[in-house]
Amino acid sequence: MITITESVREKVGKHGKTRDALLPVLQDIVAEQNYLSDLAMVEVAKQLNISAADVFGTATFYSFLTPRPMGKYVIRVCKTISCSMKGKHEVLSTIEETLKIKLGETSADRKFSLLETNCIGWCHKAPAMLINDEPFTELTPKKVTEVLREYIKNR
Amino acid sequence: MRNIPVKRVDLIFEKVTCKEIFLKTLELKPEEIIQSVIESGLKGRGGAGFPTGLKWQFAAREKSNEKYIVCNADEGEPGTFKDREILDEVPEKVFCGMAIASRAIGAKVGYIYLRGEYKFLVPKLEARLNEFHKLMKSVGHDFKILLRLGSGAYICGEESALFESIEGKRGEPRNKPPYPTKAGLFNKPTCINNVETLVYTVMIQKYGAAHFKDLGTKDSRGSKVFSVSGDTPKAGIYELELGMSVQEFVDVFGDGDTKTVQVGGAAGFCVPRKRFDETIIGFEGVPTGGSMKLFNSSRSMYNVLHNYLDFFTEESCGQCTPCRVGCQQLLKGIEAVKKGEKSSKYLDELVKLAATMKLAAKCGLGQSVGNAFSSIVENFKEEIIY
Repeated sequence: MITITESVREKVGKHGKTRDALLPVLQDIVAEQNYLSDLAMVEVAKQLNISAADVFGTATFYSFLTPRPMGKYVIRVCKTISCSMKGKHEVLSTIEETLKIKLGETSADRKFSLLETNCIGWCHKAPAMLINDEPFTELTPKKVTEVLREYIKNR
Repeated sequence: MRNIPVKRVDLIFEKVTCKEIFLKTLELKPEEIIQSVIESGLKGRGGAGFPTGLKWQFAAREKSNEKYIVCNADEGEPGTFKDREILDEVPEKVFCGMAIASRAIGAKVGYIYLRGEYKFLVPKLEARLNEFHKLMKSVGHDFKILLRLGSGAYICGEESALFESIEGKRGEPRNKPPYPTKAGLFNKPTCINNVETLVYTVMIQKYGAAHFKDLGTKDSRGSKVFSVSGDTPKAGIYELELGMSVQEFVDVFGDGDTKTVQVGGAAGFCVPRKRFDETIIGFEGVPTGGSMKLFNSSRSMYNVLHNYLDFFTEESCGQCTPCRVGCQQLLKGIEAVKKGEKSSKYLDELVKLAATMKLAAKCGLGQSVGNAFSSIVENFKEEIIY
C-alpha cells in the first residue's frame, strides 16, 4: 500500500509546489480517499512549505473538501428551492430507508455517506443529486432506488 | 417603451467553425476587436451586467507583461444552469471567446474556473482543450487555457473570491478597488467574463456588432440564455431576445396559474403577478443572470424565502459582519414571526436590516440578499406572517 507521503508527493509532482497548487492537490486527495485526514493535511503542508493550520483553514472553507471521513460514495441531494418543491423530501427518505442511514451519516460498511447540498444546477430536471461527481436528475423514489441498487451491487 | 414579444434566438448554441472566426479576428488590431464589442452593447451575462467592451478596454490599457483571461464557470446561483449546457454543447466557442479576449487585452494565459458540481464535464473539456491548444499553435497565437475546479462554495462565483480560490486560498472576496482589470488574478490585470458572455463575443466577431445590437432594447442589447424552472411545463434552457415583459414571458412559460416569478435567482427579485405587465426582463427592469423561476398559487412564499435565506446563511463566507450576522438574523427573524414569537411589525425591522446589508456588506452576496428578501416580504407579507 502506498503511504500518505508518497500519495501526496505524486499529487504535488503533478500540480507543483506553489500556493496555487494547494486546491488541486487537496481535490485529488479527496477524489482518492473521500476526505482529508489530519495526516494528509500535515503532509501537504510539509511538502508545499506552508503551515498545517493554513491548509486546514483553506480546506474547511470548501464544503467538498471535508476533513470528516466519508464513504466510498458520497451522495449529495440538492435541497435548493426547485428540488425542494419537486419531491426532494420523498427522494431523501427513500435513500435513508434503502441505505439505513440518516442524513449526515455514513453507512457501517463505509460505502455510502448521505448529505444535502445547495443548488447543483439541474433545476429544470429537479429533483437532482450527485453521487461523487455524477449527477442524477428527475428523481423519483422508484428511480433513486434503482440507481442505488446499482451502486450497492458494485462493491 | 418598445416591447418585444418572446422571440427565440440561436446564437449561443449555433455550430460555427471557430478557426475561421478566430483567423478573422487575428487580422484585426486589438483596439478594433474591443471597439466592435463596445459597439455591440454587450453587457456581462453573469448577472452584474458590466459592459464587456469597456472591461476589455480597461484591461488592454494596463501596462503589464502578465495578464490573465478568466472564464467564470462557477455557476452557482439557484435556478441557473445554462453555463453547464453551454460548456457541454459548445465548449470550443467558450475557448474561442477567451482567445479573442486574449488577443484584445494581450494575455497569454487563461483560466476556466469550473464549479466542483460540474466535475463530470472535465474529461470532455480536457479533450476539447487539447484540440484547442493545437489550433492555437497552428494559427501561431500564444495562448493557453488552464482548467481549475471549485469545491462547493457559491461565493467563489464572486470575481475576487474566485481569484483567491485559484490562488489556493479561502474564497473570500477582496476589497474593491482595485478592480480586476487593474489587479486581479495573482494581482495582475485580469479580464473575467461569464461563459455566455465569452460566446457572444465570438458571435459578434462572426456576424458583426450591428447584428447583435439590433436585437433587444437600448439598455439591454442582444439576446440572453434563460434557465427556466419551477412551476412550468417548459422547464429548460432558452435563448431569447432581451426586452420582453414578465407577462410575455409568463404567457409562454407559465402553467396558467403563475403567482410570481423570481428573476435572477436567490440574489434576484420577486416579481408578483400585478407587476408582470410593467416589468421588463433586462437591465432597465429586473436584471438577471438567466435564472427564471416560476411559482404558482400552490406555493408558500414563506417556504421559498426560508429556502433562500437558508442558502445564503450557509454560503456567506463569514468575512464581514453585515452579511454573516445579517443572513442569520433574517432567517431567525422570519421564523420568529411565523411562530408568533415576534409581531408582524418586526418584518419592517428586518427589511431595514436587509437594506443595511445592501449598503454595508463587502461583496455582491451580502448586498443582494436584500433583493429577494425585501421583494418577497413586501409582496407576500401575509404569507410570511400567517
